[in-house]
Amino acid sequence: MGDLAWIFFSSMVVNNFTLMLFLGLCPFLGVSGRLDTALRMGAADMFVLTMTAVAVWFLNAYVLAHVPYLRLIAFIIVIASLVQIVEMVIKKLSPVLFRELGIYLPLITTNCAVLALAIFQTNRGYGLLEGLVFAIGSGAGLTLALLLMASIRESLDLADIPDVARGTALVLFVAGGLSLAFMGFAGLLSSS
Amino acid sequence: MSDELSHLHCGAGGGPVLPGRTVTAQMDLLKGLWRENPVLIQLLGLCPTLAVTNSVANSVVMAGATFFVLVGSSLLVSLLKRFVPNEVRITSYILIIATFVSVAEMGLQALVPEIHKALGAFVALIVVNCIILGRQEAFAGRNPVGRSVLDAVGMGIGFTIALLLMGSVREILGSGTFLGVSLFGPGFEPWVIMVLPPGGFFTLAFVLLTVAWARQRRAARAAAAGRDAAVARRAA
Amino acid sequence: MSVETHAPEPGPPAPPPDVAPARLLTVLGVGGAVAGTLLVLAFGLTLPRIEANRARALDAAVKEVLRAPARYDTLFVVNGALTKTAPPGADPKKLEQVYLGYGTDGRPVGFAVVAAEAGFQDVITLIFGYDARDRKLLGMKVLESKETPGLGDRIEKSEAFVAQFAGAVAPLVGVKGKRSKPGEVSMITGATISSRAVIRIINKALARLGPRLEAYREEGKGTP
Repeated sequence: MGDLAWIFFSSMVVNNFTLMLFLGLCPFLGVSGRLDTALRMGAADMFVLTMTAVAVWFLNAYVLAHVPYLRLIAFIIVIASLVQIVEMVIKKLSPVLFRELGIYLPLITTNCAVLALAIFQTNRGYGLLEGLVFAIGSGAGLTLALLLMASIRESLDLADIPDVARGTALVLFVAGGLSLAFMGFAGLLSSS
Repeated sequence: MSDELSHLHCGAGGGPVLPGRTVTAQMDLLKGLWRENPVLIQLLGLCPTLAVTNSVANSVVMAGATFFVLVGSSLLVSLLKRFVPNEVRITSYILIIATFVSVAEMGLQALVPEIHKALGAFVALIVVNCIILGRQEAFAGRNPVGRSVLDAVGMGIGFTIALLLMGSVREILGSGTFLGVSLFGPGFEPWVIMVLPPGGFFTLAFVLLTVAWARQRRAARAAAAGRDAAVARRAA
Repeated sequence: MSVETHAPEPGPPAPPPDVAPARLLTVLGVGGAVAGTLLVLAFGLTLPRIEANRARALDAAVKEVLRAPARYDTLFVVNGALTKTAPPGADPKKLEQVYLGYGTDGRPVGFAVVAAEAGFQDVITLIFGYDARDRKLLGMKVLESKETPGLGDRIEKSEAFVAQFAGAVAPLVGVKGKRSKPGEVSMITGATISSRAVIRIINKALARLGPRLEAYREEGKGTP
């Protein structure tokens, strides 16, 4: 159980996917302008990450053991298909949710965080439970980073900043500051 | 499936940044270097740009691998575009790119295992690097082979320039070395932060800031020149 | 401005004819087959080199922590016991491996054990040499770590720190100042958590495997 706690907190804050591992930056820079879109993107991410973890576990356990060179192709096709299926299911089950969340889903296919999750899970040999905890932790971390950035950006919109700095450069400065802050989480779970 | 996938935001590249000018083959090659630089202007592929640039050696290998995948897939996509139905366009692009990346990864693991370990998962993540999928969508999928290859080569070189810039700054300031060779001697206290994640963010922020400032100056000068010309015309 | 008369606007263009699903599947199937073949080829070409690289790195690490033995055997940990051969049907690469080194005189020198656990930033993987008879370490080498450069990464880069492990008596105790007893290891200032992690990893591995290693020696299987 201690291991699972470590996996969760490590993926959520100590080795945060966005601020420490540089994954999922395209949506992070593009979608973090407002709190509600950030929250929705985070939720969609978490959803896809969790399902990917299950699919990847299944693939690793039963399909890919003998063909390791097909791993990458299998992962990316599974991820792309998963996103499609999730989009269709949400559209059918809850048009309201689809309207809120729907446009962010296709962005997740090229979100390097999802493929990275698949690769890390494989390299570290996680089982099903560990993979799920890993996915939930990293999803929470992605959402946390998005929410923090969105809150800051909403305030920054009102600040007096030179035009040259506005836009991606500013977001990156803030991200650097957040990353610096998150470095403080290192050593959080080390038992002495 | 591909119909929905086609509104992936990677495809936001679209047409040339300067519409209205006839595009020559030379421009196909050169536009990737600055005017439409994939990282500095189009802001694509930022994940590897930040993650692997903590040393120049890592940057070079990453840029090389991406170059290989980019040119190879553009070549193949352009060659095969007539045989691929529109519905499965994106899927086939992804298949081609994933194959090249797998080959590149196996090659790196065999030839430079230390650097491959340092690059970690980011070689495999070239598959979802928006630059590559974006170029297939925007260019290689609808242009002849020769121009597609030139476009890919130009974008690849532009990516390399961005990565080398970041890598050099971060390694020189963060380790006091360049390609492992110590530059300032043992007395230099390196800014370790530069090779850590926050340093990556700050470095790229400064680079983009500089790029934005340079473009703003250029635009201001062009506007001023335009105004002067208009005044001269009216006076004449 | 004169108004030109236009012919009536044509209706929306007819949708392109649906491509037969058979054609789609064929294209994807052929593409998949070609991709698969390419990958098999590349895999076949690179696999020997990759395996050789891995073996060479491990070999160098084992020789370093066992202080240049004349040769070494690979032992497998099966159900907590050490065996020379992997049980039939089991994939040897999936079993935990321990390496028993022999000196030029043919006498066993010590075991090399690989262990990994969470450090400060992420998981630290290391290999250490252990003389089961005297319960002393022979050496330590960090194989993989993502500790902070300049601080935590001194666990692998500081020769002074690494050298302490040679001759240290198990179980190890980390101390902040100078070592006074043979089992003590002086931790790196500013990197105590990383140092402590290294010590903890070794102690835990020895708590788990130590009795087995000693048992293996006592049964005389180690002597030729």
